[in-house]
Parts: sequence; structure tokens; C-alpha cells
Amino acid sequence: MTGFPGFALRRAVGAIVTLLAISVIVYVVFYATPGNVAQITCGPRCSPEQVHQVAQQLKLDDPLYLRYWHFLQGIVVGQDYSTGTSVEHCSAPCLGLSYQSDQQVMQIILGKLPVSLSLVLGAMVLWLLLGVGTGVLSAWRRGRLTERALTGVTLAGVATPSFVIGLVLMIVVCGQLELLPFPEYVSFSDDPEQWMWNLLLPWLTLALGEAAYFARLTRASMLETLAEDHIRTFRAYGVGERSIVGRHALRGALAPIIALNANDVGAMVGGAVLTETLFGLPGIGQELVHAVNVVDLPVVVGMVLVIGFFVVFANAVADVLYAVADRRVVLT
Amino acid sequence: MSEALVAAEIPEASASGISGARQFWRRLRAQRAALVAAAVVALLVLAALAAPLLTAIEGQDPTTYHPSLVDSARGGVPIGSFGGIGADHWLGVEPQTGRDLFARLVYGARVSLGVALGATAVQVFLGVVVGIATALGNRWVDQLLSRISDIIVAMPLMIMALALLAIVPGSFPRPVLVALIIGFVAWGTIAKITRAATLTLKELDYVAAARLSGWSTLRIARRELLPGLAAPVITYAALMVPVNIGIEASLSFLGVGVKPPTPSWGQMLTSANVWYQAAPQYLLLPAGALFVTVLALTVLGDGVRTALDPRAASRLRVGTGRKGEAKA
Repeated sequence: MTGFPGFALRRAVGAIVTLLAISVIVYVVFYATPGNVAQITCGPRCSPEQVHQVAQQLKLDDPLYLRYWHFLQGIVVGQDYSTGTSVEHCSAPCLGLSYQSDQQVMQIILGKLPVSLSLVLGAMVLWLLLGVGTGVLSAWRRGRLTERALTGVTLAGVATPSFVIGLVLMIVVCGQLELLPFPEYVSFSDDPEQWMWNLLLPWLTLALGEAAYFARLTRASMLETLAEDHIRTFRAYGVGERSIVGRHALRGALAPIIALNANDVGAMVGGAVLTETLFGLPGIGQELVHAVNVVDLPVVVGMVLVIGFFVVFANAVADVLYAVADRRVVLT
Repeated sequence: MSEALVAAEIPEASASGISGARQFWRRLRAQRAALVAAAVVALLVLAALAAPLLTAIEGQDPTTYHPSLVDSARGGVPIGSFGGIGADHWLGVEPQTGRDLFARLVYGARVSLGVALGATAVQVFLGVVVGIATALGNRWVDQLLSRISDIIVAMPLMIMALALLAIVPGSFPRPVLVALIIGFVAWGTIAKITRAATLTLKELDYVAAARLSGWSTLRIARRELLPGLAAPVITYAALMVPVNIGIEASLSFLGVGVKPPTPSWGQMLTSANVWYQAAPQYLLLPAGALFVTVLALTVLGDGVRTALDPRAASRLRVGTGRKGEAKA
């Protein structure tokens, strides 16, 4: 196939191959570690019988590649686990059981996903508005005081780790000024208004640092476009500066903005660990930190895969959108 | 997060490669902001290197508890104004434990800078070796290594680092481990940059001449390609150092990075979190140190990029009507 559909298809196949490779690496790294895998998986408080049962369920006597195949099968068609007396069915996509919390890994992840998505998508709106707005403003007022001030502010934004921004915001807004209560997650379906107020600071925390990157990118791409010949032609035809900056130069910046945005949204679903931990939001990132601290291997492996899925998926979408936004891109 | 942007701003390999160290210094010196940043970075590095000396002058060390300096009746708030700042404790003491904050801050600088530089070194080494091998190898090697780099880029960095830190036994020296892990999960971009630059370089006449005179691939890579790769690789590495500092601080903030009693800025922020009202300086010191360090390194990295690729800066200045200030 050629042209755009073929490109999209090839990109999708590439994404699946990448995901498979990530799953192999993750599986091998975590399940081929030295030490008693059954004991680690089951947790420190497991009795020898339970450990034995886990060892059987994980088929630890089989060679590694068979166990991986088994794991993969679970994701595609589901799996049955005997829990001694009864049989528990884990439907596809099954990422295994967490023996420490006695839950299916997929259920744990699905329970946390709405929180992470609320956080990331809300923050995305903010960082796009703030970041692209700042970038356009600096490109428009280039060479003036406004641009210099904005460049300074964005540099400070890039230089401050997000958890420091969050910490300061929380202390000033909630602690000193008492404008907002300390955030506490309320689900959207329970109370949309409270949902928003409680997520406001986490959104800002995530968005401020990110907006700085977008401002830099927007400004740089717009200035690069402004230096191109076709802009000079527009000027010669008497097109106004506002239209040149706002329409034509911004269009040139669109493709990289889309690419970076898709990339970051994917990475943030799991990567907002710091913001989630700081504000006590029960999202994917916080669950992963918890799983890491108690060495709950099935949850760690499952989470890395799900987060990897979001990153790979977002990158594929970014590539496709990039091609749509910028016709100059050669489709290979 | 930042990698995509950083990569987008990397200069391409030019035929002349690094056009003389002297020219580089001249261009770097022409940028006031970069100079100030370089001075700040130099001071920080000095402070980190001289940490034992500085704390010896102060007469303190980072791990001794001073229970007499905190008010146990008020939950362990430091006694005295501004968190117990005085001639004995230049920046006051830590709430609850009474450990000297100046000592913890300068020893924290060692961890922060050491881990970041170590991680960057690992990233550069892996990225350059894989990148050159990808570009010089045959089709299959190229395909295989390119896919591996793709996968490394696609792996969520923080997540992999978090997960890997969980399974390594606690006896392994923690700062070294953190540096290695950051290095091992984030070399993909540098491999891609190296591959692209090497592909350009290897078509050049002087490389062809070397090949015709029967040089081995290894010798060509070392003698002919590496100098040409210096500009793009140094640029990227300079921008990665502050990013790595942020990652180390984040991991330590989450409690999975550098473990106590080794002081680290991220870790200090975690424990300072609850003390912001009673002892604000305990929070402000590590936050300020992180901010200044990352800012200085970022500005310096920007300066290095401009000095190595003056076209990038002048491209961005076109049409501003202030050509006199074009940084080149």
C-alpha cells in the first residue's frame, strides 16, 4: 500500500512490534532476576504453601520463554488461576494477579486510570493554552522587552523541577493564602465542581513546567518559519503582521507542537508520578511507586506495559498527525 | 518529556566538525548569560569537590545529630532565629535531628552533580558506541540497532528507573546505581543523533581516503569520525546534565533514589515538605539549590549549543532588526 493509509498501517504495525519488544524486555528483566521469584511475587508475609502455589501458577518450572508465552496468552485470550479451592477467571487482556493485594492487575490499573487521565488531559489544555500562547506572543513581540521577559520566565519554568513548582504552589495557595483546601481527589461523576477545584493545583503543577517547553518550541519554530521566503512574499503583498504571525507562522509551528504534545501526553499518563504523589492523587503513577516500594512484581510489570502502551500509541498518533499537519513530511 | 525538544535543537554534523576549540571559547565568551552560568556552575562544582574542606572549616559534618539544637517541646523545631543560623551552623540545622544544613547541602551537591555527570557519561558512551555501530554496520545491524534505540526511546524513563530501582538489592552503592540506571534507560536519543551524524560524515572525502588507505573500521571511527561527532554529542550531553539532575532529585524525592543517610536535595525536599511553616528555610535551601543548579546548567547548555552551531542562533534572530546582537 502506498500513500497515507499505507503509512498509517505501517506505523501501527511498527507500534505493535515495539510494544512486543518492550514486553519481552520488561518480562525478562523482572522475572529472570536472581532470587526467589515466587517469594518476591507473593510478598514477604506469604506462607510456604502460598509461595508454592504461586510458583505453580507462574509455572516457574518451565523455561523462561514458555512462561513469557503463557503471559502473552493471558493478555490476548485471558487466563484461569486456581486459588486452591476455586478457580478465578482473569479475562483478556489479563496482566496476571497481584498476590500481595489479592486483585487482578488489570482491575487495579483500570481503577487508577480515570485519575491519571483527569490529571493529564486537564493539564494538557492548560499547557497548550499557556505554552503556545506564550510562544506566539514572544514570536510576535520578537526583539522587544516582552520577548525578553517571556524568555526569562520560560527558562525559569524549564529549570524548575515539577515537584518543586507543586510544592511551592501548595504551600503558598493552600498553606499561606488558604485560597484552596489541600487537594483531595473527587471523581468527576461524584461532583464535577469539586473535581475541578481539587485538580486545579495538580493541573497547574504539571502544566507550568510543560508549558515552558511548548513556549520555547513554539517560539523557535515560528521564528524559523518567519525567516522563510514565502513569508517575505506575503509581506511584499502587503499582508498584515498580525495575519502573518497569527496564521502563517503559527501553521509552521503546528506540526512540531502536535508531535511534542502527543509524545508528552503518552509519557505523562504514567509519568506524572511526582504530581500524583505530591498531591496524594490515587493515579497510576502513585500506584506504581507503591508497587515498587513493596516489590509487587506483577503490578510493576503490568504497569510498565500499560504505560509503555500509552507512550507507543501516542507516538504513533503523533507521527500520523505530524504527516497530516505538515504535507512536506515524506511518508516512509 | 524534554528529550524530543532537546533532540530537535541539536546542530547537524558539519563537514568541519568542531571548528577549533579556540573559536568555541570565543563564541561562548561572547554570551554574557552563558558566562555567568559557567561561573555559577564552576562555583557549584568547586563547592561539591571541596565539601569535606568546607564543612571542616565550619566544624560540622552532614550526619551528626544535634538533639540539643532543636526544641523537642515544639516538635523538634530548630532553636534560634531563622532555623538556628549562626556562626556554628551557617545555614541552620535540620528540624527534629539537628543535623547541619550547610553540610547536608554541599554534600548533596556532590550527589546531585556526581550522579548527573555519571549518568550523562553512561548515556554518551552507550549512545555513541551504538550510534556509530549502527551507521557503519551492514543493513541488518543498522535495522536491529535502530529498532533497539527506538524501543529505548519509547520506554517511559521514570517508570523504568523506578521499577529497576526496586529489584536491585540494597547493598549496591545507591548513587552509583541511580547514575547507571538513568544512563541505561536514556541513551536512545544520543544513539539516534550519533547515527544521523555518522551517516553524513562517512560520505565525506577524508573518511573515504582513510578507508582507501586500508584503515580498520575501528581506527576510522576513532580517528576520523569521533572528532566530527564532538559538536552534536557535546551539545546534547550539555543539555542532558540538568535533565539528569532533575531525574535524580525526582527519584530521591519519591524515596527510591539515593537513600539516607547520604544527603540528597530531592530527599531533603521530601522531609522538608511537612516543615514549611515551622522551618521554611529547610524547604527553601534544597529547592533553591536545585533551581539555581538546573537553571545555570540549562543556560550553559544553551550557550554551548550556540557556540557550536552559530547558525541556529542567527536563524532565530532573523527579522528582529537587532542584528548587532545576533549571537555569533
